[in-house]
Amino acid sequence: MEFDLEFALEAVGPLLMAFLQVTLVVTVAGSVIAALLGLIWAVGQRELPTPIRMVLTWVLDVIRMTPLPLQLLFAVAIFISFDGYRRFPETDVETIGMILGVAVFSVHYSTYMAESYRAGIESIGRGQWEAATALSLPRIRVWRAVIIPQALRATLPSLGNWAIAMFKDTPFLLVILVPEMVAKAKQLGGASYQYTEVFTVAGLIFLAASYPTAVLMRKLEKKLVY
Amino acid sequence: MSDLFQAVTDYSPYLWEGVQVTLALSGGGAVVALVVAVTLGLCAISPFVVLRVGSRVVVEFFRGTSLVVQLFFLFYVFPLFGIDLPGMWCGIIGLGLNYGAYGSEVVRGSLNAVAKVQWESTTALSMSWSMAVRRVIWPQAWGLMLPGLNNLMVMLVKGTAVALLIGLHDLTYWVEVMRKDPEVGLWIAYGVGFLLYYLVALGCSSGLRLLERRAQRRLGLAPSKTRTTRATAEAVA
Amino acid sequence: MEDVAKRFGKNTVLDGLNFTVERGERVTLIGPSGSGKTTILRLLMTLEELSGGYIYVDGDPLTYAKRGNRRVKLPNKEVTRIRKRIGMVFQQFNLFPNMTVCENIIEAPVHVLGQSKEEARAKAVDLLDQVGLRDKIDAHPSSLSGGQQQRVAIARALAMEPEILLLDEVTSALDPELVGDVLEVLREVARETDITMLLVTHEMQFAQDVSHRVLMFDEGRVIEEAKPEVMFNNPEHERTKQFLQAIL
Repeated sequence: MEFDLEFALEAVGPLLMAFLQVTLVVTVAGSVIAALLGLIWAVGQRELPTPIRMVLTWVLDVIRMTPLPLQLLFAVAIFISFDGYRRFPETDVETIGMILGVAVFSVHYSTYMAESYRAGIESIGRGQWEAATALSLPRIRVWRAVIIPQALRATLPSLGNWAIAMFKDTPFLLVILVPEMVAKAKQLGGASYQYTEVFTVAGLIFLAASYPTAVLMRKLEKKLVY
Repeated sequence: MSDLFQAVTDYSPYLWEGVQVTLALSGGGAVVALVVAVTLGLCAISPFVVLRVGSRVVVEFFRGTSLVVQLFFLFYVFPLFGIDLPGMWCGIIGLGLNYGAYGSEVVRGSLNAVAKVQWESTTALSMSWSMAVRRVIWPQAWGLMLPGLNNLMVMLVKGTAVALLIGLHDLTYWVEVMRKDPEVGLWIAYGVGFLLYYLVALGCSSGLRLLERRAQRRLGLAPSKTRTTRATAEAVA
Repeated sequence: MEDVAKRFGKNTVLDGLNFTVERGERVTLIGPSGSGKTTILRLLMTLEELSGGYIYVDGDPLTYAKRGNRRVKLPNKEVTRIRKRIGMVFQQFNLFPNMTVCENIIEAPVHVLGQSKEEARAKAVDLLDQVGLRDKIDAHPSSLSGGQQQRVAIARALAMEPEILLLDEVTSALDPELVGDVLEVLREVARETDITMLLVTHEMQFAQDVSHRVLMFDEGRVIEEAKPEVMFNNPEHERTKQFLQAIL
C-alpha cells in the first residue's frame, strides 16, 4: 500500500474548507457560550438558595458525566419531536445540525468550565469578600468588580484548555451527520478506500491547530496562575 | 409510570447488552490507558533524554489528534495494511491510547509535584533512580494522581460512545433504537440512557474515590481540588 | 453592645458581653489571642453572624433587633444602611489586586454612596495626600510595600466617611520598619477627626497615645477597663499584669 501524496494534497483543500466552515465555527461559538454559561452556573452555585443549588449541581453532574454523542442525538430527537425541520423549511439541514451542535457542545462544556470557575472563585481569599462587605458594596458589584475579574485571571488557561478539548470532540458531530472535517475525510476517502491519506491530513490539521494553542495555554497558565 | 416499567422490561436484554459493551470498552480502555499513562509518565521523568523526548512526542501526538481520528485510523486504515482488528479491540486500543496520553500528563505532573527534598534525600541515601521512584517517589505521587485519573476515568466512560461510529452496539446505540420505537418514545428512552451512563460513570468514579481516600489517609494529605481541576483541563487540551 | 454572644460550633468565644463606646471615643481592645477582641470588630462589621444579643449603632440595631421578647434578624437592606457608617482596616490590607489604588478608593463611594467618579477621585487625591501616597494613585497594589498598601487601605476606609472606624491589628502583618508610617497616619486621623475608633493592637505606645480608654479582654470577657495611662502603668488585675509583662 502506497501513500498517495497527490491524493493527500488534493484532500487538503476540501478538508480545510470543512475545518473552517464547521469545526472552527462550532468550537469558537461553543466555547464563548460555554464560558458564559459556566460562569452563570458557578455564580449560581454560590448564590442560589440551597434546594435549587442542589438540583443545579446534580443536573450539571449528570450532563458532565454522560456522553456527548448521546446528548447530540438527544438534541436532534427533541428537535424532530417538535417538528423542527418542517417549521424551518428555509434553513438547510446542515445549518440546523450545526446550531444544535453548538447548543449541545456549549451546554456540555459549560459544566466543565463551571468547575474551573468554581475552583478559581474558591482560590480567592476570604479577605476580599470581607473587604467588600466592609465597604458595603452591593452583591452584584462584588461579583462584577472584585470576584469575577480575579477568578477569571486564574481560570482563563483552564477555559482555554476546555475549548481545545471541545475542539477535538467536534468529530462527534458525525453522529448527527454534520459535515465537519472528519466526516468530510471519511466521505472523500470512502470513494476509493484511500483512508490513509485523508485521515492523515485530518489528523495533521487537528494537530496543527491544537498543539500550538495548547502550548500557548501552558505558557499563559505559568504567567497568570503562579 | 407503567409505560416506563413496560419499556424498560421489554428492552432490558438489549440495554444490558449495550451496558456490557460500554463496560467492556470502559474497563479494557482503562487498563490500556493506565499502562500507557504510567509508562509514558515515567519516561517523561527518566534521566534519559531519548526517553523524555520520545514520550513527549508520543503524548503530544495523541493529545493533539482527535480521538475519533485515531479510532478511524485503527478501524479504516489499519485493515488496508492487513491489520484487521475487531471493532471492540479498535475501541479499547483507541480509547486506551488517547486517554493514556492524557493520563500520562497527570502522572508526570504528580511525580513532579513530589517535593524536591525527597529526591535529594534518595540521592543522599545513594538509591538508584528506579529504586528511588519505586520506593519513595511513586508511593507519594500515587495519592496525588488519583483525583486527576478519576476525572479522566469519567471522561473515558463517556468516550466509549464513539463505539457508535465504528458500528458497535453499545448503550448509546440501544437508546437510539428504543427512541425510534413509538411505544417508548424520546423521553423515556433518553431518560433511561442518561441514567445508565450516569450510574456507570458514578460507579467507576466512586470506586476510584475509595482508592483515593485510602492513599490520602496513608500519606496524611489531600490534594487540592483547585489544582486537580486545573491539571485535568490541562491534560485533555 | 448588649449581651453579645458568639459561638463557633460548640466553641463559645463571647458570652453575655456588654459595653458601650461613646461617640468620638477611641477605645483600644487588648488581650491574649483567642480572647475574642478581633471577633468583636468582626461582629460590628457583620463579618460574623451574631449568635446572641444585640449590637446598636447610635441607637439603631445592626443585625438583630428586639421585637417584644423575640430576637429578629434584620433585612439586608437595613443592615447595609447602618453598616455604611462603619469602616474597617484589616490586618492583611485586603486591597483589591485587580484595581489600581485610585479604583480601590473610589469603588465604594461611587457604587455605594452614588458619588460621581470625578468627585470621588478628587477626594481620593486628598486622602492619598493625607497618607503620603499621592504619587501612587494609579499604581497597582502589588507594586506597593506592605506599609503603603495599608495606608491605601486606610484611605479606602476613610473615603466612605465612616462614623466608626475599626482597626484590626493593622500593623501585625508589616515588617517592623514599615510600622511607623502607618501609625503616624492613624495618629493624624485621630488628631484631625472625631471618628469613633475601636482598635485591636499590640502597639502599646500607640494605644496609649491615641485612645481614651483601654479594655482588657480574657476568655470573652472584659476583665479590666481603664484610661490608658492607668492600664499600662498600673493595672489592677493579675491577668492584665501578666499579659502586659509578656508583650512589653
